[in-house]
Amino acid sequence: MFSETRLAWRSSLCAVVFAWITSSADGADRVSFNEQIRPLLSDRCLACHGPDEKHREADLRLDIRAEAIGTADSPHAILPGKPEQSPLWQRITSTDPDLQMPPPAAKKPRFTAAELALLRRWIEEGAEYEGHWAFLPLRDEPPPATAGAPHPVDAFVHRKLATKNIKPSAEAERTTLIRRVTLDLIGLLPSPDEVSEFVNDQSPTAYERLVDRLLASPHYGERWGRHWLDQARYADSNGYAVDAPREMWPYRDWVIDALNRDLPFDQFTVEQLAGDLLPQPTKHQLIATGFHRNTLINQEGGTDREQFRVEAAMDRANTTGAVWMGLTVGCAQCHSHKFDPISQREYYQLFAFFNSAQDANDRGPTVDVVRGEVFGQPVSVPRDSPAPTAAELAKWRSDWEETTRVRLEKLHQEASTKPVEWSPVASVETRTESGATFTTLDDGSLLSSPMSTPHETYHLTLTSGLPQIAAVRLRTLTHESLPKRGPGRAGNGNFVLTAFALAANGQNQPFARATADHEQPDFSVEGLIDADPKSGWAINVGPGSTARMNSDHEATLVLTKPLMPGGKPFEITMRHDLNANYLVGRFAIEVSAVAPTAVSTHDAALLVALQKPAGDRSKEEVARLQNAFEKAEPRARKVEKKANPDVAQAMVMRDLLQHRETFLLTRGDFTRPNKELGPLVPGVLAAIAPPLGAEGAPPNRLDLARWLVHPDNPLTSRVTVNRIWMRYFGRGMVETDEDFGAQGATPTHPDLLDWLSREFQHSGWSQKSLHRLIVTSATYKQSSRLRPDLVVSDPRNLWLARQERFRLEGEAARDAALTASGLLESALGGPSVHPPQPDGVYAFTQVNKSWPTEKDRQRYRRTLYTFFYRSAPYPLFTTFDAPDFQAVCTRRLRSNTPLQALTLANDGAFFELAQGLALRLATERPGEFAAVLDDRINLATRACFSRPPNETEAKLLRDYVRQQVSSFREDPAAAKSLTTPALRQILDAPEAASLVLLARTLFNADNFITRE
Amino acid sequence: MTTSDNQLELERNRRQFLQQGGVGLGAIALHSLLAGEATAAPVKIDPANPMAPRQPPLVPRAKRIIYLFMAGGPSQLELFDDKPKLRELTGQAPPPSSFSGKRFAFLKGNETLLGSKRTFERYGECGMSLSEMLPHHRQIVDRVCWLRGMTTDVFNHGPAKLFMNTGFQAPGRPSFGSWATYGLGSPARDLPGFVVLQSGPRGPRAGASLWSSGFLPTSFQGVPFRGKGDPILHLNSPDGLTRDRERNFHDTVAALNRSRLQETGDPEILTRINAYEMAFRMQTSAPELMDLSEESATTLAAYGVSPGQPSFAANCLLARRLIERDVRFVQLYHTNWDSHGGPGENLNADFEKVCRDVDQASAALVLDLEQRGLLDDTLVIWGGEFGRTPMGENRDTIGRDHHIDAFTLWVAGGGVKSGYIHGETDELGFGPIAGKVHVHDLHATLLHLLGFDHEQLTYRFQGRDYRLTDVHGKVVEEILA
Repeated sequence: MFSETRLAWRSSLCAVVFAWITSSADGADRVSFNEQIRPLLSDRCLACHGPDEKHREADLRLDIRAEAIGTADSPHAILPGKPEQSPLWQRITSTDPDLQMPPPAAKKPRFTAAELALLRRWIEEGAEYEGHWAFLPLRDEPPPATAGAPHPVDAFVHRKLATKNIKPSAEAERTTLIRRVTLDLIGLLPSPDEVSEFVNDQSPTAYERLVDRLLASPHYGERWGRHWLDQARYADSNGYAVDAPREMWPYRDWVIDALNRDLPFDQFTVEQLAGDLLPQPTKHQLIATGFHRNTLINQEGGTDREQFRVEAAMDRANTTGAVWMGLTVGCAQCHSHKFDPISQREYYQLFAFFNSAQDANDRGPTVDVVRGEVFGQPVSVPRDSPAPTAAELAKWRSDWEETTRVRLEKLHQEASTKPVEWSPVASVETRTESGATFTTLDDGSLLSSPMSTPHETYHLTLTSGLPQIAAVRLRTLTHESLPKRGPGRAGNGNFVLTAFALAANGQNQPFARATADHEQPDFSVEGLIDADPKSGWAINVGPGSTARMNSDHEATLVLTKPLMPGGKPFEITMRHDLNANYLVGRFAIEVSAVAPTAVSTHDAALLVALQKPAGDRSKEEVARLQNAFEKAEPRARKVEKKANPDVAQAMVMRDLLQHRETFLLTRGDFTRPNKELGPLVPGVLAAIAPPLGAEGAPPNRLDLARWLVHPDNPLTSRVTVNRIWMRYFGRGMVETDEDFGAQGATPTHPDLLDWLSREFQHSGWSQKSLHRLIVTSATYKQSSRLRPDLVVSDPRNLWLARQERFRLEGEAARDAALTASGLLESALGGPSVHPPQPDGVYAFTQVNKSWPTEKDRQRYRRTLYTFFYRSAPYPLFTTFDAPDFQAVCTRRLRSNTPLQALTLANDGAFFELAQGLALRLATERPGEFAAVLDDRINLATRACFSRPPNETEAKLLRDYVRQQVSSFREDPAAAKSLTTPALRQILDAPEAASLVLLARTLFNADNFITRE
Repeated sequence: MTTSDNQLELERNRRQFLQQGGVGLGAIALHSLLAGEATAAPVKIDPANPMAPRQPPLVPRAKRIIYLFMAGGPSQLELFDDKPKLRELTGQAPPPSSFSGKRFAFLKGNETLLGSKRTFERYGECGMSLSEMLPHHRQIVDRVCWLRGMTTDVFNHGPAKLFMNTGFQAPGRPSFGSWATYGLGSPARDLPGFVVLQSGPRGPRAGASLWSSGFLPTSFQGVPFRGKGDPILHLNSPDGLTRDRERNFHDTVAALNRSRLQETGDPEILTRINAYEMAFRMQTSAPELMDLSEESATTLAAYGVSPGQPSFAANCLLARRLIERDVRFVQLYHTNWDSHGGPGENLNADFEKVCRDVDQASAALVLDLEQRGLLDDTLVIWGGEFGRTPMGENRDTIGRDHHIDAFTLWVAGGGVKSGYIHGETDELGFGPIAGKVHVHDLHATLLHLLGFDHEQLTYRFQGRDYRLTDVHGKVVEEILA
């Protein structure tokens, strides 16, 4: 049947139409397998009698005709032409619970009478099968000749309507039309002037010129880029618990630019999936591969890197499946797909394309991109001074090593030949903040008592007999009573002392330097005398260290200027500001009249390293020397990239030279590779034409991308066209835009879908041509008003006898307010921005996010530029159904909730725009308040609804404003707090406030956030 | 092909039709429309009022849930699961079987067994052993069903919390509260159906995805109420707008919308009118909810609430006030139970503090609900995303690492046995030897108590019927009253 029909299509136009009508669901003659029977089998039978071999019952498959009918000698479930004798028919009509299908245990609905009648007719007619419609080649059928429908889209749609006896709707009003097409193509509202111009333009090409203007606007790329970025799961942070920021905006800019230059969709596909594998890829092509770098990175402590690398690779396979094939390939992660011809093995062959990426739950390869660069207008960035040559570096290094070694050797010699005499001090008073006391031990050392205050401060008043004090030594000592013998009070005997200060005569006596016999990494003794309360001295030991924590230690602190105490007491303060209960346990303080020449532990270690030949140095020593060298020689330091926000290190795809082996992962578990099956070669789904060329090296991502956009591959263009169609009618011709498989919806207009898909390919994959084709159709331009007859004849508007009304996405809603207020800052691209958001959004996220609210016009950028943290999105997004970009999103929900009402009414960011619109009304329509009120209402309504108010609306708004003015006359303080100084320069506060509320009211009307 | 989206559309159009008296359609058309309606979708949502209360298919034992989520993973070995043998073997290497094939987040392999230094005693008729850390729990031992054989699949906080809340490790799926409100709607007219409250030093890892509605409509997402400032984002009108002015504002918006409804016939406008009315009511109902001044001094003292201070105790009291106002699902998060032994996370003072934060109010909530007759049809759940290892973990102090094979969680109220101990772990506490309850089983059981077969409460998304229990889960019959 299939091949016959195909032949008929090709013979002549007449035959085509005839064949179409007879084979369609609407014709009464024959039952269509694909449109009427397959959905029934898929829904009720195939889970147990389908492609999934693990769950197949009774060894019966109903998805393949040969298996379903068996042979003449040994018939299976269906005897073509003989329903009564077919076991299938007997089972589905049986009332015996042991026999009936689907069995009661399957909890599937039984077939209805209408469904049974269809199945019976189908068996009577020979039980012919067809391939699954989505996998069949695109039909090559020209648009039908439909009376009164010169536009090819209308020809298809009107033909369908004619079979249903439904009339299409009239064209929408001009005001509605320009608002609709402007929102759809560029995501902004038309200005009142643009509306008047279009409404008054009598030329027959006025609409076409409007469409051309919109398609040429740079905002087109922003609008359609947003749709694409949903699918690319683009966001500005890494995801999971830590969710640190990342710089992926160059990829976002690439998408906008590619759409604006109408990069053919096949090339658009290839560059994003495999730009890095093109010969000598350009930087643009590398940035494009950011598409698959939008996967999450888990930076939580203790994570298994391999687990999240595998997860990202799976996400790449699943996203590719959803975006280009419209298939739920992810189902085959754990088992062969239950309904679609995707085996588990094939899934992992698809996964194999993505399994050799260099990035592994980390930033991976990047390219530096300057703001504006993607658009061919890079901002100027101060150039880095040229990197030093290797020879220069080598010379600086050897000079530094020589001078440092000589200096340290001299110091070391002095230190060992000039021993210092330390004298004890006498305590006058010792106290703590909490009142806890010290015990003075026999040797004069002090032992703190257990403290209730976790961040205790010790205050010691001391005297010394020395005439001059040049240095102080703090000895921390072990004691039996301390945890692990101390010397600290922490559970392990450690302490963190964050400050050690000396004061005499009420004056702080600064220390010049501090050294210690032992320091914990990152807890240097220098921390005692710097100004940072978060740095301090501690004594734990790093791995492999020979030092011990639980033994006596000492720190020596040299005063900047020797102190002459003259027998008077001086004070020492010891603070513990960092870790709770990390207090010094037992300690003694001593003083010296001369400053010791001390070699710090760091310097001592440096000297040991410098005295060795370079080849003998340990890894740790090499690192220590390198650090010290870079500290001393700034010119040798690597340039810090992060300093300039105009430069991003955009993450890109790169494969390992040596590809990883890919195994089938049992139940999708990365710890359970199926080694018995052996490594898998990358491959595509066998059920979808064309086969992947199998010559030479194993195929890579570039082969995959080219296969997706091969003219013989029927899925990519169908899926893409359907999704674009969906944006214009609220629903795709295939309603399940993400599932073109057996469980998905069947297309309402298969002929039109195929014709548009072919057109898309023939136009050189031009998305702009496709947009133009759709929006110039009468189908697109018709009114969205609900017609009483349609409530009955087509309640779901499947046959498109009218347009649809739907709520704007969160981004478009705010962008509409930005346009209406006149405040929109229309710059293109660049780093993401931080418009005002309410306090406390991060009160409970694990890591506090930085949200430096924009102070200048950056706060009025289009909403797609708002910084997106996956774990704590800008509240507007969550409230208005934006996805959280954890995974691919091809279609957003459109909810309608009280939280949306609260946002539009009270969000400070929106209220600011209402004030903006009020200022616009005041300045553009000056005059005495009562006299120009109607003008202002008119302008406000035109700015918000793109049409003047009708009489009802005008009266409602007039009454409201008047009522508010008189209310604010009684309450001028309230009026003042609702307005800006700029507004109050023009109007008195009650009038100004009333105009702000007028604007706010319009922003909250259904009409404002609805595209009609 | 009926998808839930289709179903929504159908419902919407039916409603549209019903509301369109003015459009002048006859009763015959109504019948034809209703006759053609598909019936397969498990839950029928009225798009004009998605939260309209719905009857579950089975007889429900509980009508609402308060879930006290102990974020970070409380140590069952310090609280509920006394292991004398572990104490005896402290410092010894764990049996090799306990390590082989297991994965831990931070353990290096040289850790030794660590007995609890807390003392335990048996309480109540059920003889549940409780540590000294939870003195207030003694009052509720016989009112609670103890699950000592809980297990999960995931050992990192973020994914494990997601697993406990959504049945999946990856973000993007609907949370338990979203499934519950999707299935049941909510009788609360003036408040959201699913409310989230938080306390502790920081938010739970994985954040908003824990109460996300995933692919379900956002009407079903958890609404976080905040302890300070506006309890709901954007709840307060801009300064200068009195209640009267706001009434005028809402009336004007509604009038504009009704006029547009006349013009276009789009029933979605009705939904918007309802949403605005609810928003207006929430502006008074939410602050009224947060105002604890009408609570008696005895109640405040029983919970341990200091007025004006956000705390877990205050949130427990708010949870009671929320369900009194017919909210369907209340979830509290309290951090930080992550007792690795590092700063702020030791098993000593830090652990004592979080126990103090939580003990009294958890017990007070159960007693208060009981006293008010609410416990019969309210489920209270108390537990974290996993447990802690029998081995010590060496950081600044000795703590415990994440453990997925055995931990304790308790459930009280509507439809579960009280004073019942379900499950037992081996003598060292590595894994259950009886009464193992997997996260999916817990979900299946809780849905059962709410009146759902967990395999039937589904939503079609991207070609697949998703459910809270993925493709697993078994109702734990033993704990049903």
